Amino acid sequence: MSKRTVQFKIYRYDPDRDEKPYMQDISVELEPSDKKLLDALVRLKVKDDSTSFRRSCREGVCGSDAMNINGKNGLACLTDVDSLPQPIVLRPLPGLPVIRDLIVDMTQFFKQYNSIKPYLVNDNPPPERERLQSPEEREELNGLYECILCACCSTSCPSFWWNPDKFVGPAGLLAAYRFIADTRDEATNERLDNLEDPYRLFRCHTIMNCVDVCPKSLNPTRAIGKIKDMMVRRAV
Amino acid sequence: MKIAKHTYDAVIVGAGGAGLRAALQLSESGLKTAVLTKVFPTRSHTVAAQGGVAASLGNSTEDNWHWHMYDTVKGSDWLGDQDAIEFMCRKANEVVVELEHYGMPFDRLDNGKIYQRPFGGHSQNYGQSPVSRSCAAADRTGHAMLHALYQRNVRAKTQFFVEWMALDLIRDADGDVVGVTAMEMETGEVSIFHAKAVIFATGGAGRIYYSSTNAFINTGDGVGMAARAGVPLEDMEFWQFHPTGVAGAGVLITEGVRGEGGILRNAAGERFMERYAPNLKDLASRDVVSRSMVTEINEGRGCGPDKDHVLLDITHLSPETIMKRLPGIREISIQFAGIDPIKAPIPVVPTCHYQMGGIPTNYKGQVVAPKGDNPNTPVTGFYAAGECACASVHGANRLGTNSLLDLLVFGKSAGETVVEDIQSGNLRLKPLPDDAADFSLARMARLENQKDGTNVHEVRLAMQRTMQKHAGVFRFSELLQQGVTAILEVAEQAKTTEIKDKSMVWNTARMEALELDNLIEVAKATMISAEARKESRGAHVRDDAPDTAEFPNGRRDDEWLKHTLWYSEGNRLDYKPVNLQPMSESVDPIALATRTY
Repeated sequence: MSKRTVQFKIYRYDPDRDEKPYMQDISVELEPSDKKLLDALVRLKVKDDSTSFRRSCREGVCGSDAMNINGKNGLACLTDVDSLPQPIVLRPLPGLPVIRDLIVDMTQFFKQYNSIKPYLVNDNPPPERERLQSPEEREELNGLYECILCACCSTSCPSFWWNPDKFVGPAGLLAAYRFIADTRDEATNERLDNLEDPYRLFRCHTIMNCVDVCPKSLNPTRAIGKIKDMMVRRAV
Repeated sequence: MKIAKHTYDAVIVGAGGAGLRAALQLSESGLKTAVLTKVFPTRSHTVAAQGGVAASLGNSTEDNWHWHMYDTVKGSDWLGDQDAIEFMCRKANEVVVELEHYGMPFDRLDNGKIYQRPFGGHSQNYGQSPVSRSCAAADRTGHAMLHALYQRNVRAKTQFFVEWMALDLIRDADGDVVGVTAMEMETGEVSIFHAKAVIFATGGAGRIYYSSTNAFINTGDGVGMAARAGVPLEDMEFWQFHPTGVAGAGVLITEGVRGEGGILRNAAGERFMERYAPNLKDLASRDVVSRSMVTEINEGRGCGPDKDHVLLDITHLSPETIMKRLPGIREISIQFAGIDPIKAPIPVVPTCHYQMGGIPTNYKGQVVAPKGDNPNTPVTGFYAAGECACASVHGANRLGTNSLLDLLVFGKSAGETVVEDIQSGNLRLKPLPDDAADFSLARMARLENQKDGTNVHEVRLAMQRTMQKHAGVFRFSELLQQGVTAILEVAEQAKTTEIKDKSMVWNTARMEALELDNLIEVAKATMISAEARKESRGAHVRDDAPDTAEFPNGRRDDEWLKHTLWYSEGNRLDYKPVNLQPMSESVDPIALATRTY
């Protein structure tokens, strides 16, 4: 790739300075080595140091740089900048309060994550060595444990937009199933009780936006479906 | 200016693996603890570790901690302290099993035990043959570990201050540590955290180099804070260049790829590691493999149009093995090299990866510094663990999978020591000095009011290019000397950085300027310590200390079997002995020997 200029339209809001948010038109010349959207944003920040976004690992494992890219949630570090139609429209993740520019307040998102008790529960005295688990049992956790808590899924979910305080959301429910599916965990009943409510689980209407946007190709809808199945089986 | 003050028993700075492991000790003991972290805990760089954590569980091949200890001492090129290394290797099984009990999703063997794979420099029977010692969760071990530790902290109700950046260490007139200052990103306000104990778990500073596997956040904040507060930094000349960063992108490709059978090839398709390390071949120690790769490239056997990289080949592995054991690597290769490793080899190049040196500590996690006749006098109230600390278990070269082990063992150990020191009454809440926050506030005011200053991005880039050119995989006497002058010039420029953005709210320009202050301390320490060490050892290999019959590998135990200590004030250097004595009398020291693989 050679040098080229890309056009951006970026959501800007600094509560310290701006009365209200606005969309900023700005372009930046990219170096040949700039391949990902995050590279372009870092380049843009050299030009205007007030452009604000979170970033860390730049390889899709830390979950910092989730944003709304041309209308779809994704990670800037895993998005090829040259694949995007211009102007590239960047907005903060939808449905969470904006702190500044592309930085959202994720308190509600993590509150929901914490609400499902995202830790292994096993009150038996631990053995001296590891608890045993067969490769097949361990495989049940694949597609669940890899979540990076970027919030792309929950903030693309209309049910989460409407009820962020009541609906756990796809990320939290994926985590809930990760522990239900773990043969070492002994709190399945409590976990199902915790979700037995008109909102916490059942606000998922299988719209599947979560599956569509997950940068790790995970499938929260399937995990939610499995929890619903267990609820039903438990009831009959 | 009125400053908010928070009071705690203990403050932990950093919420990666070491910080979270320490936090568990404190939270579960009931001490009032605050964990300050500039990113949400699961964004910390531990998340990027891939290949595994070392423990001599012996699940697939016979193993014991004595062999692990030998490998670690040899890997360190005898610069590691043998008491700390014994402590770490002996504790490995305990902390890994504990992590499994916390819910860590390790891969499994058919008998249900934790899956273990071979890794560079780890051997059976004192160097004889490779051993499967690396406990792994696919190639996402760091991610699985960091999330498991965070989750356990949710259970323990640990109190986090998320997106608070620590600014400076507070020491009183006795030199004791009594707290830190910190800035809340959302409001830009500076507060004082007053505590009986402060634990630094702030990670490394790999971002001093231009090409690094490290995250943007790895800016050596704790190391910089310690240096500014007069604490010396130990062995900062030793940096690990990981053999396999994706060429051009710098993103890490785990050594676990070679553990699963991957092979490094030059332009002729030759498995060149057979020539450099006839016994362990591609699984030799990282410093050895990185130098072999650079030698291949320098001698014209590199790959690609510019002959500037070599190839990591796993096309002979079955797609099932790759999908099961190395799924993350496949994703990374496709994303950042445009290559599916099932079909084609991955272009790789040695890339800055890990800081072996850091804040000097003992195996209990206490920060130590020279005082009177004792070079290892604890600094009251100050503790450190993980990559920011130097215990020293990695010495001149770290073995793969020993970093995740380091942060578990010493995170826990630092936590335990703090609990003991507080519960025994050894540590009390000492009064804050009147000027506790003045230094931080002066730094903030300087930045706020700077006119006609330098540009943060440009100064950082100058630093990174200087480090890359003058203190790389191979080191040259003349380049090091020039490097000292160059880095001191860059450090001058860093004193007058100017930011345009003056907002109080989530000001990332200000954050980057403050991070640069920390990076610069690390860069100076590295260059000056490296220039002074006139021998080759581990990752520090210089042209004027070549391999000779008298001094194999260029190592000079007669003069340089000692730890460097660098003080920021006056760029002063001091040295202290390496501890060649294990912790237990019943354990024999690993005798000095020439390092070959």
